[in-house]
Amino acid sequence: MEAKLKYYLQIADNALILSHRLSENCSKGPFLEEDLANTNVALDLIGIAESIYGEVAKQENNGRSGDDIVYRRKESEFLNVILVEMPNEDFAHIMVRQFFTDVFQLNLFSELRNSKDEFLMGIAHKSLKEVMYHLKRSSEWMYRFGQGTDEAKERVQKAINKYWKYTHEFFLENTIDTEMLKAGIGSDLSIIKKNWQAKVDEIFEMSNLSIPDTDFSIEGGKNGLHSENLGYILTEMQFLPSKYPDAIW
Amino acid sequence: MIETKAISNEELLLQFEAKIEAEQKIEPLDWMPDEYRNHLIRQISQHAHSEVIGMQPEGNWITRAPSLRSKKILLAKIQDEGGHGLYLYSAAETLGVSRDQYIQWLHEGKAKYSSVFNSPALNWADMGAIGWLVDGAAITNQVSLQRTSYGPYSRAMVRICKEESFHQRQGYEIMWKMMEGTKDQQEMAQDALNRWWWPALMMFGPHDSDSPRTGNAMKWKIKRETNDYLREKFINKTIPQAELIGLKVPDANLILLEDGTYKHGDINWDDFWKNVNGNGPCNEQRLDHHIKAHKEGSWVRETAYVSGKNK
Repeated sequence: MEAKLKYYLQIADNALILSHRLSENCSKGPFLEEDLANTNVALDLIGIAESIYGEVAKQENNGRSGDDIVYRRKESEFLNVILVEMPNEDFAHIMVRQFFTDVFQLNLFSELRNSKDEFLMGIAHKSLKEVMYHLKRSSEWMYRFGQGTDEAKERVQKAINKYWKYTHEFFLENTIDTEMLKAGIGSDLSIIKKNWQAKVDEIFEMSNLSIPDTDFSIEGGKNGLHSENLGYILTEMQFLPSKYPDAIW
Repeated sequence: MIETKAISNEELLLQFEAKIEAEQKIEPLDWMPDEYRNHLIRQISQHAHSEVIGMQPEGNWITRAPSLRSKKILLAKIQDEGGHGLYLYSAAETLGVSRDQYIQWLHEGKAKYSSVFNSPALNWADMGAIGWLVDGAAITNQVSLQRTSYGPYSRAMVRICKEESFHQRQGYEIMWKMMEGTKDQQEMAQDALNRWWWPALMMFGPHDSDSPRTGNAMKWKIKRETNDYLREKFINKTIPQAELIGLKVPDANLILLEDGTYKHGDINWDDFWKNVNGNGPCNEQRLDHHIKAHKEGSWVRETAYVSGKNK
């Protein structure tokens, strides 16, 4: 597969796997309005992913459909970061995972508006509007946790401390990123990192939350080396097409 | 000097009934008999709970939806059901009871939800059968409820009906696709119909002759059609749809009458009452799920409240 399509997949897989985790949470929200918001975000992310998989299939032009790419791909061929695979724990963990990803996606899509690749430029413009809403929601929750009850403060800080080590992978430049940046297609991860950090600092300061003092990093997903979680996600997701390979749904 | 005169309850009742007779809606601040209010409190909250508990059997298949399109449709449908729950809780709150109270009654077992959701969703075709049959039965009932006499309930129904008819078509599309598919898919579709047919018919409630609350509800136009009338309407509409795609309704005693309508076999009301009284296959699971989510969300609701005050 050519580097550009792998670059597409990195973006699509992050959206797909996070939306899968959110969809697991449907009917489990802390109150009905928040349950619906959770599903809204899941739907937006599937929408982004679906457009990209469709484009990958189109550009590959080898008979594989967008769904084939999702439902008939091996675990090691998924290129999402490990953070989005992390299981739903409590609402604080769900929201911290969301907040870190929202800030990343916002900055990624902002940069990709200048991509030389017409498809990426288009999807960046379209997705940016949605991701801005996602970030508004997750930032507000950071504030409600940080400025709310002691229990909430404790839970959110625990989630931040746990997930911080997974955030570095967003900015880890692999060979695909380097090639795409050179070609003017991909975005500059060092700029995204700077802007990401600034936004996180701003929201955390406002919410009285802190960043753990460690450089420890867990990574690998972008290169196909995942946590144990992804296998279970895909086992469930790909169950029907795997069990009934000839069926059309 | 202007003489003021207290209006007696009898007179208020006459005015209330005259309004209903004239097809005017009763609004939250209007006088209404306690029996009318209590009937609505029970009915609308039960309806709201049904929408919310109904998210669970379909939620069971979101992560296993076999295509991105089907996953999106299913998620959006479940989200719609949650949204219906919201409208209905809002309508029910106009009767002077808070959503928190309604949820507490649900958790205490004092409030019911539609028993159909105590059936398990066992294969992907169940997503079709639920949309086609359960939403189909619900919409048959809800179309008539658009004309219900209580204003907030009636307006909620108008909005809900638009979405439910969409759900029914989506459900039927899943069944149709599966019947066009492999032998395994056809078997799944028939299996789902076999399991959901009777629970869907039971959604209309007991036969009119055994329905204790129909009397006043009809008189005050909360209910506009009887259980049996609506059930038959649903059956007559649904059986040709099943036959069109090669499915067979699991009723050995079904008779096609000369006028083109159907007479169905006996409904197993023992099963129905067992389920209503808490002993269906998933009663405990559905309620436990709701209680667990509500309990686990309590710190979130609390911090939202506290941070709002600290702002």
